[in-house]
Amino acid sequence: MELRLLVQLGIIGLAFFMLINASAVLVLAERKIMAAIQQRYGPYLVGPHGMLQPLADILKLLMKEELRPKEADKWLFTLAPVIAVTAAFTAFATVPFGAETTFFGLLDEPVKLGIADVNVGLLVVFAVTSMGVYGIVLAGWASNSKYSLLGGLRSSAQMISYELSYATALASVVLLSGSLSLREIVNAQEGYWFGFIPQWYLFLQPLGFIIYGIAGVAETNRAPFDFPEAEQELVSGYNTEYSSVRFALFPQAEYINMVTMSAVATNLYLGGWHFPFVPVEYGWIAFLAKVGFLLFAYIWIRWTVPRYRYDQLMQFGWKWLLPAAVINLLITAAVFLYFNA
Amino acid sequence: MPETLQFYLFAALAIGASALVIGQRNPMHSVLLLIASFGALAGLYVLLDAPFVAVAQIIIYAGAIMVLFLFVVMLLNAPQEDAHKDPFALVRQSGLTRVGAVLALLLLLQLSWALLSVSGLAGPVDAGGDAAVVSSVPELGRVLFTDYMFAFEATSVLILVAMVGAVVLAGRRENEE
Repeated sequence: MELRLLVQLGIIGLAFFMLINASAVLVLAERKIMAAIQQRYGPYLVGPHGMLQPLADILKLLMKEELRPKEADKWLFTLAPVIAVTAAFTAFATVPFGAETTFFGLLDEPVKLGIADVNVGLLVVFAVTSMGVYGIVLAGWASNSKYSLLGGLRSSAQMISYELSYATALASVVLLSGSLSLREIVNAQEGYWFGFIPQWYLFLQPLGFIIYGIAGVAETNRAPFDFPEAEQELVSGYNTEYSSVRFALFPQAEYINMVTMSAVATNLYLGGWHFPFVPVEYGWIAFLAKVGFLLFAYIWIRWTVPRYRYDQLMQFGWKWLLPAAVINLLITAAVFLYFNA
Repeated sequence: MPETLQFYLFAALAIGASALVIGQRNPMHSVLLLIASFGALAGLYVLLDAPFVAVAQIIIYAGAIMVLFLFVVMLLNAPQEDAHKDPFALVRQSGLTRVGAVLALLLLLQLSWALLSVSGLAGPVDAGGDAAVVSSVPELGRVLFTDYMFAFEATSVLILVAMVGAVVLAGRRENEE
């Protein structure tokens, strides 16, 4: 029993460690991939092939002076980055990342790879992610600067608009699997059609996956929807007045949110840790590979698609994405009833 | 025992945050404290074995509604309230404020009467005392769309009326310009 508890704590520690380092790895990946897309080398001087660049970046950020504008709201200015990063970490708490395992016979009873197994896990992820917007809005407001305020306002409008399509896309998957627990949703995708096509919801919900993807990019404020920090118009948006560690927490939260979005997409649409010819005990490798690919796609999109205009973003969200998500949900419900009633 | 401790912790948080909401000069701080209070309420729901209600509380109240509140406060750029030197200034003002004060007093009396007359709590949904069934989402959905159908639909119509009203008001102003 004590060993089991230790293993559970170990899993939590590992997930935390990987999330913290995900931002460092992703910063490097982002710069390297961007450089490759723009036919450059990217960071090359620190360490072999510039691999230690994130360490240098972190040191630089830690050594910088922490500035706070004189007219800024003292408490909220400090609180905002903390809210952003706390919400980002907490959202991962109910995301499972592997099947049950005994760690090669080390344990008598198998443990589940994941932090908490809640029967409304999907909703918890959604709820906590929606708390993250407060970090950005408050950063924008508390800085008492016009660029920050505009960035914060844009981000709240954008997140409210895209959360709806995002939640409606999720509802279709919940309908198919009949559960709100991410682990049960993954387990519902086990098996094959005709013996070789994996039963992933990607094939049943192609439109849902696309809607989830677009809304996910908008929710994490990534290009082509990075209006909260559109640098041509807003200097740097909501984080203009931030420096040093407080500043570093915002990109950190953004990268962790990207990881969570990708992990949830993997669980919902790509069969989680199920993969043809990979035994379930090694499923976490398949899971990591899928999340890695989605993260690569995130960065790929950022450096190949130009930013939209703000009115285009709102028109697209309300007039196309949301109706498409609702129609998708209705068709899913009708087909599901037809085959199961 | 730990559950009792948690209850008191969340209850104290909820009451403390709610009390501080009224005392803030800056409306922005009030909004945030209200969010904290909603969060503490969600914690209480978890203790009551109702994780779905807790999550719905966070998504709807702390998430959706309060973001709109924040939005409005930011856009209106509401000025900081001046602290009243006289704590009874509100009561001495005339007209509507007095009506409000009387209504608040009535609400207080009504609440205390309701709390005092309660003897023993009965569960609203009879599931044979099985917490897993009560907290399950499918069961909640079934009860909501069968036994409590009327209340559910009436609430939907109420929200729809408010929505149509908002659209009509917004549209009218645009036409006048």
